[in-house]
Amino acid sequence: MRQRRYVVIVTMILLMGAGACSKKKPPVARPVTPPPASSSTGGSKIPGPPEPVREAVPVPAEPIGRDTLSSTDIDTLNKNSPFQPVFFAYDQDDIDALGQQALNNNAELMKKYPSWIVTIEGHADERGTAEYNLALGERRALAARNYLVSLGIPADRLRTVSYGKEFPFEPGHDETSWEKNRRAHFVVTSK
Amino acid sequence: MRILISSMIVASVALALAAQGPPQGGSSQDPPRQQGEVVVTISSGSTLPPKYAVPDFIALTNDPETVAAAKTIGQVLWDDLNFEREFYLIPRDTYRTIPPATSTDQVPLDQWKQLGADGLIIGTVRKTPTGAAVQVRLIEVTSGRTAFGKEYSGTLKNPRLYAHTVSDEIHLQQRGLKGVARTRLAFASDRDGERMKGPIVDRGISNIYMSDYDGANQQRVTITRSLDITPAWSPDARAIAYTSYRTGFQDIIVSYIYEGKYSNPTAGTSDKQNFLPAWSPDGSRLAFTSNRDGNSEIYVINRDGSGLRRLTNHPAIDVTPTWAPTGNQIAFTSDRTGTPQIWVMNDDGSEPHKITNETRCDRPTWSISPNNEIAYASQTGAGYDIRIYDVATSTSRTITDGIGSNESPAFSPNGRHIAFTSTRAGKAQIFLIDRDGKNLQQITRTGMNRYPNWSQ
Repeated sequence: MRQRRYVVIVTMILLMGAGACSKKKPPVARPVTPPPASSSTGGSKIPGPPEPVREAVPVPAEPIGRDTLSSTDIDTLNKNSPFQPVFFAYDQDDIDALGQQALNNNAELMKKYPSWIVTIEGHADERGTAEYNLALGERRALAARNYLVSLGIPADRLRTVSYGKEFPFEPGHDETSWEKNRRAHFVVTSK
Repeated sequence: MRILISSMIVASVALALAAQGPPQGGSSQDPPRQQGEVVVTISSGSTLPPKYAVPDFIALTNDPETVAAAKTIGQVLWDDLNFEREFYLIPRDTYRTIPPATSTDQVPLDQWKQLGADGLIIGTVRKTPTGAAVQVRLIEVTSGRTAFGKEYSGTLKNPRLYAHTVSDEIHLQQRGLKGVARTRLAFASDRDGERMKGPIVDRGISNIYMSDYDGANQQRVTITRSLDITPAWSPDARAIAYTSYRTGFQDIIVSYIYEGKYSNPTAGTSDKQNFLPAWSPDGSRLAFTSNRDGNSEIYVINRDGSGLRRLTNHPAIDVTPTWAPTGNQIAFTSDRTGTPQIWVMNDDGSEPHKITNETRCDRPTWSISPNNEIAYASQTGAGYDIRIYDVATSTSRTITDGIGSNESPAFSPNGRHIAFTSTRAGKAQIFLIDRDGKNLQQITRTGMNRYPNWSQ
């Protein structure tokens, strides 16, 4: 079973490679959506750096010649992830409307790049205890995975891992940071 | 290094100790005694604990190594004896007026008596053709009688081990107490500042460390460029089981730390992840958390990977098992009533019942007799405190003071002390505290250190 999957993946990679060779054009820069304003109240606060994972959602069904994602190496891809994270309420693993929207986008992306294997990381904020958070992060990752499977993404393209509160995205000790750290985060593991 | 012990007051006793390793048996049993031996028990003559004085040991050879070892052994022995609070240790800076002894037989007992000492420990260190010899004598100051006397031979590579051994033996002989001076701690630390390999490059790693119970001799155990957390000592202290992300997901590794080997009894895959191992008291089995059936449940597996058994079956989170010292019950965290609380079940999974009803609780650790207590982290405000549940009375008490967040408790093998993680001094560090909330001390300071576990 697993061997067969590898054969399929390898075949896909070869086909994509062939496709890339036949249309070898320099990558075309395309406009990037500016980051959203940091605050809707428009206060005098200096905006922080944009949250990388929130931006640069690729337009689906782009012509293949202008596809920069398929030619980007995995590390670069994950640093400016085209996937949207799903955020959670404190000690919860329910996916709200915004989370569903993010997962719908992520599902489209995975359908567009059918060779990608994606790991969904579950994260928790620092307020819970370390051990319980390992299980909570796992439950968040599994919730995101189950939702994607319900949208038709094959389960064997979706791995999960929980990091509990080991890897906070924001170092602060307030809700502004905590809400960013309670997340299911998407990482392309192979493409 | 190996230390051979022979006794001066009983016929020769030979115990072998591996300096980097745990005691090889014998330490938890009464030392062998000859018939007719009289044990002198030093008392204060009142209800107060006896007062002990422990001056520097006497260096009988004048080389720097021996002189340094003599000083270290005296200081560490003072600390070790003070740790269990069975004796009142007379502060060492008051000894200055008393001329140092030149041997264990020529001691100015009158002056130690004036200082108020009931017991006096005099020791010597000397180089021998094969290494070093350390002589120790515990003297009842009023009578001059020897309560404890032994000679240890070995090397001077780790002089603290002589002090730890003497402390454990004196606690056992004088108080019938199993001391913890030779026990060890394991914990996870990010002190090396190494970064994780893999697609998210800017993430720190954490590795397993071990140290003496007092934080001395901190030593790295794992060298993965990954996250290694939640160490658990095997009951024989020859192995450490822990959660590792080295394969990209959580799985349990059992590291045989003195053999340089490891095993992976849970044989995880990306769909069958395993974490938070806990040894059964006899060391034959591991309880752990796994998502192999779709969500976090508690399982038990034999040390060799056979005999997998599922103990919980509930859509809620069941996590972080710990074994009762009797081996027939397991405490764990479950949020099946809406918030994480501490639960207890039989070791076959039957009769699960909740023992806490607090805001949020996690990470139980179960101490052995005589106390039969379960310590856990409990949310007491913004952060957590360590609380102890008394099984006999079904009541809990708080032992930390609400400063910082206090998590991940681990009982010492004699049930008198708890190691835990606290943010009270900034970054998370390992602290020790006694079960009555006294004797708080910080034992790690480099990097961030968490998930302590105490060897038997």
